[in-house]
Amino acid sequence: MNWTWFHRLGSPPHIYRIAGTLTPWFAWPAGLLIVAALYGGLVLAPPDYQQGEGFRILYVHAPSAWLAVMIYGVMASAAAVGLIWRMKVAHAVAASCAGVGAWFTAVSLVTGMLWGKPMWGTYWVWDPRLTAQLILFILYLGYMGLRAGIDDLGRADRASAVLAIVGVVNIPIIRYSVEWWNSIHQAPSVMKMDRPSMPLDMLAPLLMMLLGFTLYFAAILLVRLRAEILRRERTASWIREVLR
Amino acid sequence: MTVRRTTAFSAAGLVLTRDLRLAVRRPSQLIQPLAFFAVVALLFPLGYTPELGKLRAIAPGVLWVGALLASMLALESLFREDASDGTLEQFVVCGQPLVALMAAKTLAHWLLTGLPLTLMAPVLGIALGVPVEAMPGILFSLLLGTVTLSLIGAVGAGLTLGVRRGGVLLSLLTLPLAVPVLVFGARATELAISGESLMGPLYLLGALAVLGITLAPLAAAAAVRIGLE
Amino acid sequence: MSEFFAMDGYAIFLWPAYLVTLIAILANVMLARRAHAEAKQEARRRFAIEDEGSSP
Repeated sequence: MNWTWFHRLGSPPHIYRIAGTLTPWFAWPAGLLIVAALYGGLVLAPPDYQQGEGFRILYVHAPSAWLAVMIYGVMASAAAVGLIWRMKVAHAVAASCAGVGAWFTAVSLVTGMLWGKPMWGTYWVWDPRLTAQLILFILYLGYMGLRAGIDDLGRADRASAVLAIVGVVNIPIIRYSVEWWNSIHQAPSVMKMDRPSMPLDMLAPLLMMLLGFTLYFAAILLVRLRAEILRRERTASWIREVLR
Repeated sequence: MTVRRTTAFSAAGLVLTRDLRLAVRRPSQLIQPLAFFAVVALLFPLGYTPELGKLRAIAPGVLWVGALLASMLALESLFREDASDGTLEQFVVCGQPLVALMAAKTLAHWLLTGLPLTLMAPVLGIALGVPVEAMPGILFSLLLGTVTLSLIGAVGAGLTLGVRRGGVLLSLLTLPLAVPVLVFGARATELAISGESLMGPLYLLGALAVLGITLAPLAAAAAVRIGLE
Repeated sequence: MSEFFAMDGYAIFLWPAYLVTLIAILANVMLARRAHAEAKQEARRRFAIEDEGSSP
């Protein structure tokens, strides 16, 4: 087995260069997909038979909610890799994730509330999804708070990595408990998003949005990662050559 | 003369008795969480309504949120003094598995806060209009739930070791992780008050405690090791 | 056209939702690019100081 690729993954100058070349390859398809999905979602898709035009909030709510959860997963995986193999670049990835994740968790909360008003008649219902998302937001805040609270970078990296892993073990339990709690206390009405069959002209823009947002996150992550690497490798001589 | 070999088990026992002895010599730390719990629970009749019927409806939430916050209050001091006087460093280098020592410290925390809080809950329950028949259920659910709270708290306290004035951060880290305990515990209490079977949420609380006992000391040991680097 | 923007009465919920998402998307692009630019500038400044110090 040839492991050089793995060792190169841990080499900051290598990653810095690769991230630079890859960024446009994620950014442009992401932009195109999102614009196309906007047209498909706002114009081409037919109004929903229950929610009318209001269901179109789905096309920004669902991708943000997906990013919020996915980014936490990426962050925890990177943190675990950094903790287990002592890979500095992995910690830089985890550090770059948190801010973006918190942003999109907030967006999913705000869009969920804006969707809730016409559907439930109130901006906030203790719906299990919204509640779990709110707890996720607090988890992100805690992660960033811990990182900011420890001065030594190596220690901040590892302590926050432990927290991210503890969080990722807990998130399914939290989601389950919140759903269980909700099933007992019966919220007034539950938003039905998981209908068995969504017509293709409704589903296609959603899938395009999900893919577009994922690629968008990848592009943002790469740019943030480059910044993070520069900041961490402050004394390295390779930076001098890169910045020519 | 025989040389006594210290096993991980006896080392953990030593840590446990040491923590308990320290707490007995300084009883104020023992009493503060209890007093806090009592104050929180007694503020509700004053802030909401003295009607026992209405208080009974919110009693599960009051008892569990109060126990959660009181147990958190005692967490800050779990590692602080041991870190500042070098005891924790001795734990790390003494050659005994740190996981066992962390488990012992967590157990000490539970014996000194979780258990007294549990025993005090029925008294506060009476003040909130909880019928006497519900007390065994409340005791049981709190007994199981506070174990998990102590375990989660030990991880949080370990993580915030390197943080100056980490009190607020500690709550921010541990409160979201404690949500499942709160949900199942409050539900068990609610069922106990209405006189129904509370085995369902009790099993779930038990599952959480088992999961916490197996994983939390590992995470706490890792956190303490990182915090002392 | 105005019918499209009215969204059958859902406009006051729908367009703010899209606007918030758009702001988040643009803000994250901006924040990421600014972080990178600042890190580069910081490195350049440090190298400039080093060069001055080594060849007076």
